[in-house]
Amino acid sequence: MPSLGATYGRGAATLPQWDVANADAILIMGSNMAESHPIAYRFVLQAKQKGATVMHADPRFTRTSAMADLYAPVRAGSDIAFLGGIIRHILENDLWFREYALHYTNLATIIDERFRGADELDGVFSGWDEEGRRYVYDSWQYEGMTVPSSLAEHHVNTTESFNDETKRLSHAPVPQDLTLEHPNCVYRIMRRHYARYTPEMVERVTGCPADVFLKVCEALTRNSGRERTATICYAVGWTHHSTGVQIIRAAAIIQALLGNVGRPGGGILALRGHTSIQGSTDIPTLYNMLPGYLPMPHAYKPHDTLKDYLEIEETPTGWWSNFPKYAVSLFRAWYGDAATPGNDWGYDWLPRIVGDHSQLPLTLAVRDGIIKGLFVMGQNPVVGSSNAGMVRRGLANLEWMVVRDFTETETAAFWHHGDARPQDIATEVFLMPCTFAGEKAGSFTNTHRLVQWHDAVVEGPGDSRSELWFMHHLALRVKALYAGSTDPKDAPVRHLTWDYPVRGPKQEPDAEAVLKEINGYTWASDPAERRQIADFKDLKDDGSTACGCWIYCGAFPADDHNKTRDRTPDGPDGPGTHLNWAFAWPSNRRTLNNRASADPDGKPWSERKRLLWWDAEQERWTGHDEPDFPEEKPPHFEPDWDSKPTGMDAITGNDPFIMIADGKASLFVPSGLKDGPLPTHYEPLESPVPNPLYKQQGNPTAKRWEHDDNELHPIGDPAHPYVLTTYRLTEHHSGGAPTRSVPTTAELQPEGFAEIPPELAAELGITTLDWVVLETARGAIETRALVTERLRPFVIDGRRVHQIGMPWHYGWHGYATGDIANVLTACVGDPNTSMHENKALTCALRKGRLAR
Amino acid sequence: MTRRTIADRARGFLREWSIPRQIAGQSHRDEAARSSLSRDLRPRLEEADTVGTGICPYCAVGCAQRLYARDGRLIHVEGDPRSPINQGTLCPKGAATFGLLTSPQRLQHVLYRAPHADRWEVKPLDWAMDRIAALVKRTRDETFVRELPDGTRVNHTLGLASLGGATLDNEENYLIKKFFSGGLGMVWIENQARV
Ligand code: SF4
Repeated sequence: MPSLGATYGRGAATLPQWDVANADAILIMGSNMAESHPIAYRFVLQAKQKGATVMHADPRFTRTSAMADLYAPVRAGSDIAFLGGIIRHILENDLWFREYALHYTNLATIIDERFRGADELDGVFSGWDEEGRRYVYDSWQYEGMTVPSSLAEHHVNTTESFNDETKRLSHAPVPQDLTLEHPNCVYRIMRRHYARYTPEMVERVTGCPADVFLKVCEALTRNSGRERTATICYAVGWTHHSTGVQIIRAAAIIQALLGNVGRPGGGILALRGHTSIQGSTDIPTLYNMLPGYLPMPHAYKPHDTLKDYLEIEETPTGWWSNFPKYAVSLFRAWYGDAATPGNDWGYDWLPRIVGDHSQLPLTLAVRDGIIKGLFVMGQNPVVGSSNAGMVRRGLANLEWMVVRDFTETETAAFWHHGDARPQDIATEVFLMPCTFAGEKAGSFTNTHRLVQWHDAVVEGPGDSRSELWFMHHLALRVKALYAGSTDPKDAPVRHLTWDYPVRGPKQEPDAEAVLKEINGYTWASDPAERRQIADFKDLKDDGSTACGCWIYCGAFPADDHNKTRDRTPDGPDGPGTHLNWAFAWPSNRRTLNNRASADPDGKPWSERKRLLWWDAEQERWTGHDEPDFPEEKPPHFEPDWDSKPTGMDAITGNDPFIMIADGKASLFVPSGLKDGPLPTHYEPLESPVPNPLYKQQGNPTAKRWEHDDNELHPIGDPAHPYVLTTYRLTEHHSGGAPTRSVPTTAELQPEGFAEIPPELAAELGITTLDWVVLETARGAIETRALVTERLRPFVIDGRRVHQIGMPWHYGWHGYATGDIANVLTACVGDPNTSMHENKALTCALRKGRLAR
Repeated sequence: MTRRTIADRARGFLREWSIPRQIAGQSHRDEAARSSLSRDLRPRLEEADTVGTGICPYCAVGCAQRLYARDGRLIHVEGDPRSPINQGTLCPKGAATFGLLTSPQRLQHVLYRAPHADRWEVKPLDWAMDRIAALVKRTRDETFVRELPDGTRVNHTLGLASLGGATLDNEENYLIKKFFSGGLGMVWIENQARV
């Protein structure tokens, strides 16, 4: 979530789920929380019982809407218009939390005089390079100083961090005008930028009636301030757009303006999908990062030597100035004694990325035969990937594929389904049975950064094995094959440390030994002499510490203490932060940026919303949570600018956003995002209407992989007149394998379907249970119709627009089957994350069946 | 087989019938609610010889579970009442965890499909591991690039790729990243974060 990273410094949910129960208002948008995260929704209902106002803004009326006080219908893909309208309402009516926003955000910061906004340039910002389809970011910087981005998830390096301008961050405080009169201060820029997002415009773009929209604004602002806090919850309904990052940015701006971040019952709760999606981002099975959000070395960035890499990526001020310690400790963990100061700790052995190696280009590289061998572990891209038909056909170009799952998935079966001709497909396929939590021990990281251990209680059946077993024994075999090699290319394989103890007849590696390495220890060649490190403050850049993922430091703080296994909740009279229930990164802090729960003097904003405060006697921060701030830095600390301070010395005592170079939440983001410093409404890449707000139709920087099997529909295409949005069901999980193959969940939702509004059904003569065909330029599928008022037509800019909804879990395997919705979707992506746009596209619909 | 007389059966019925005992002052909530059937019922969990802490394998809410087993066989999965997240509850997916682990559709053995073959064949695990290790080495050796033509150092292979991780343990993700990226030099490493 680069949006939260760019705004608050870390790309993760800011509050624990149970804290939602302390909110006074909750806006759920981009999420059908009641159905997709049902147990988390309990906290929304608990808040409601205590009097909170619950609001749901969504294209579909769902169970979440049914339980809410207020439902705001919005057309799929129009979220920024809605949220931009809220920002305008807050600014124009002076409803922002003045003391919080003035001190804790960059609202008063002055931006370069060359900056021009989308309001002036009809939908693009200054620096637009039409030919290169990209921005030059100079004019987005602070006056006279370049601000490096926080190294948060998927951060985009838009500036070189440690150049002469960024060094100026160490010379003086950032340029501010606390009177907010300066025409180029962020406050003035935002007023101009959002002026056109009036309630009438919101209605025109989103289809939400202006009076309903104003009720949402009113409830949100009434329940924010010293005494009250509001939470915003979102899920993939926001991320799955070509503007996904900026949608979440808009919410982050609202929460910072209203002073809701870092406080009890306030913040942004990102509701993520898979059990350890957060963990697999922190310890990334992702191409562009190393564990702990360190950037992957890039061939076309000045990353040649370790010195270059560290200099360019280290931010001079703020917490990220510790970056070299985390990088060197990681290399020590990976290359052990082979890592020496003389060989840059093995830095040169790391592969360099050369571009976008994310999921969508990966599937295209499979299709194009660039990728020859593919591992698929617990994922089902033939159902879950955009343009799934193209993905399935592409797999036939692989030389070999290893699928590790518990049952035959559609991906494993690609070579013998539908139009596939096995005799023409040369791919060697291995389908290997895996085990589940309960059959293996290990930890998952949940949506609010909570790392929880699970035990092995029984053995998996037959030859099933954990991925830990698979990786361990594969690595040993491959290392053995390379053991005698003197080729320099094989050095990293040979030097990679791999001394995990194994247990039992199956030789299962000890998962706790791996977590110990992730947590970090003092380095010693002999494992018996290593000592666990309890806090990342003790990590060093001199090779004396090894650490697999610095933000997990504290998860295994002592040889005999696996904190992720702690299971003591607070009692009913306890503080409710549950510090002894498992471990939350970083350093067991439950609410991020919790310094902001106290005022600039270090006192709680109100008794009702106490979390952390400055204890003047003890001279330290204290409270119900672990401080996300240097424990002993007093609230009135001012940097000594004459000494050219770096790191945390350049952060004042009232800058709660310590991962950001200037310690303040970035309402305006000078660096780190490719598509603009402020969220701007663009239409989805496939839209039934022209953009009512600007001449610029779609996100100008969005990724399109244009190809004849990945075509897009033109704007307002009469052949594809309906908006299609894909979604999830309570009873099924993502690509569907783990629920379609389970009798109970399959019985509850046995067959695929599409939801169609009654008005459209009447026009096309469709009734419930009829077969219908949905079609896009990418493919066609058939399914059953479910005619329902949960979807309603919108009037957008004077035109009537129908929406269709379809769950995307189904495939042809398991007990519950249906056509694959992703056959309809396209490979297009958000410029920052390459996230697809499966929540808003256009399609054709007719009654009938496909000729097969 | 002994035949019970009508009088026996009547006495038995009266003994089991709750109303007379309620009239006699027993509470309908406990004493009077008992019957020989309910007296003989035992909680399934009592049979368990092992119980462990679990975490729901489905979504990222992170509901805690308890897993009960007997003789090495799973007999029950339920929400952990201690958890501040779910307090003993589970949604329909979490409640299906037992069904997932015991699904009749679970694979027991490695299946292998040879090039151009039209069917799977069962293979020994060791054979598959050896074969995969050999393929990894072959593809890596064929596709590894030290430097681009312009001299830029890349040290990578574009011929190998990996998908998945969001359903796996942190420790598993760590070994995947460490071996594939730090060892083999793979750059195509992705999971469900963008799905
Ligand atoms: S029980 Fe339901 S809500 Fe809880 S983690 Fe599992 S899938 Fe998510």
